Amino acid sequence: MLKMTGAQIIVRLLERQGVRTIAGIPGGAILPLYDALSRSDVICHVLAGQEQGAGFIAHGMARVSGKPMVCFASSGPGATNLLTAIADAKLDSIPLVCITGQVPLPMIGTDAFQEVDTYGLTIPITKHNFLVRDAAELLKIIPAAFRIAASGRPGPVLVDVPKDVQSQTIEFATWPEPGKPVDPPAPDAEAISAAARLINGAERPILYVGGGVIHSEAAALATMLAEKASLPMTMTLMALGVLPTDHPLSLGMLGMHAARYTNLALEECDLLIALGARFDDRATGKVALFCPNAKIVHVDIDASELDKIKTAHVGIVGDVRGVVEALLPQVWSTPRTDWLARIGTLKQTHPLRMPNANDPRSHYGLILAVARQLDDNAIIATDVGQHQMWVAQAYPLRAPRRWITSGGLGTMGFGLPAAIGAALAEPSRTVVCFTGDGSLRMNIQELATAAEERANVKIILMNNNSLGLVHQQQELFYGKRVYASKYRTHVDFVKIAQGFGIRAWDLDLAVDPIGLLAHELAEPGPCLIHASIDVRENVYPMVPPGAANKEMIGG
Amino acid sequence: MNAITTEARTVLELRVNNHPGVMSHVCSLFSRRVYNVEGILCMPVAEGRESRIWLLVNEDERLEQMVNQVRKLEDVLDVRRHHADHEVFERLEELFR
Repeated sequence: MLKMTGAQIIVRLLERQGVRTIAGIPGGAILPLYDALSRSDVICHVLAGQEQGAGFIAHGMARVSGKPMVCFASSGPGATNLLTAIADAKLDSIPLVCITGQVPLPMIGTDAFQEVDTYGLTIPITKHNFLVRDAAELLKIIPAAFRIAASGRPGPVLVDVPKDVQSQTIEFATWPEPGKPVDPPAPDAEAISAAARLINGAERPILYVGGGVIHSEAAALATMLAEKASLPMTMTLMALGVLPTDHPLSLGMLGMHAARYTNLALEECDLLIALGARFDDRATGKVALFCPNAKIVHVDIDASELDKIKTAHVGIVGDVRGVVEALLPQVWSTPRTDWLARIGTLKQTHPLRMPNANDPRSHYGLILAVARQLDDNAIIATDVGQHQMWVAQAYPLRAPRRWITSGGLGTMGFGLPAAIGAALAEPSRTVVCFTGDGSLRMNIQELATAAEERANVKIILMNNNSLGLVHQQQELFYGKRVYASKYRTHVDFVKIAQGFGIRAWDLDLAVDPIGLLAHELAEPGPCLIHASIDVRENVYPMVPPGAANKEMIGG
Repeated sequence: MNAITTEARTVLELRVNNHPGVMSHVCSLFSRRVYNVEGILCMPVAEGRESRIWLLVNEDERLEQMVNQVRKLEDVLDVRRHHADHEVFERLEELFR
């Protein structure tokens, strides 16, 4: 018989799952678990500055690896600080296993010190959650948490463990098998044939791919499908990297900040093939007017996504990879010359305009200058705001799992900790974190974590001393009444980064900005490069919120 | 006509794992979509390992999506749909007179 405490069981089960890095912050109610973790020879702990940072470090690891990653937080404020990262994982379908300490079972419901109803709070933002009531349950719950997080549509799972359950000693005979993703259901053969018939019969089809293609590791297959049937491909924000931006069939990102030609091509398409995409409002604009002339084939592992926003002519519940594999032999190889020529014309007449693309002191120019110093192995993380959209538009992403951004929840403060997580998971790669001053303020404490871990993260801070997207919307849609979106003082981010122990430079003062970028991006370890951006620079084109995608402003 | 049958309604029968969080999971799905649950009945079955939950809900265009969401819950083992005249609520109504 094996005899262990709940805390020791958790740590051993995590080791058996293959977990090697855990981000978190200890506190009273999770100390037994940290005590057990301190004896682990294989798991490294990353001490974050705030629990939200720990959650996003786990995000970064999970988003580049595709595997469930773990974060720890204590009860009460530890758990509430984690909520944003959990909600972000739910909306972007990221596999996380979040383990929180809880007050001892007899004290639950007494308003004990640092007690909060973590289970209740996380019901709407997790894929599933558990409140452990006996250490013996851990033998089922921990493998189940990993199975659930990684199966089907991935997502976050929370396990709340009262302190006395962590300390409880139990005897048990054997270890359970580690939790693994269950095989996806076999797609309906009839629906596959119907989809193939629609594709073969279409004159102006477009492939619309979402994060599901990344999650199911189906980028190469989706590309084969596009090339075989000559399907122009547009990507959601989550799917950037599925098709290289310089691929002739790439239409880039669709929606609110798409290039004009992308949204105009969607207006003309007669068949939309949605793979692992969920018709998010930022992608579709006014839904009733999205792809008005198109029939729809919708493939998703989550049955509840079919017909949720748009009714599909053919809906297929299944893993994108399996579905595309089944679809490929039934889809005709065709050059579709007329449609591709039309796409070419649209690209020529309505291109994405990138003014000052050669000037590293302008926003597009800076992004492109960074890109020129890196190869396709680099991982690009962003925060949320104007810089995020500029990078999504301009950065030449060419491979899946190299792009880390908060899509669904749009969490400012995501970038830095997620980039640290990516660097920890992929220590041989260079990780660039494009951020803005508003976003960086939100989890700036993680600069200390980057320094402590010597994470290979290069922060490119695009500073317009304002909340740029808010500023832009106030200017465009609120009668230029700019309010609460401009900071009155100028923070010296270079000094702050240096204070955290991070190399930092001001590109504004550099005589040779390209030389500075080249040197700093090649030098190992974390650094911050500050660049001032003119607050009058907006993200264009822009579809006004609630408008149809053809109603683009600017660009 | 009694109060139950004045609007188009549906009775959902859920077989679920029996533990303290299940009711929260089910009700939270409806409440966060601003979808009112008109009637709820829940009793343990299978020696207490499982429960059966009966929900009386208005039929609107979101019902299909709601049922799909309910099916996704880990603790929901089975969902069946019945017409609103299902006897479970008809007979219960007598207790509310």
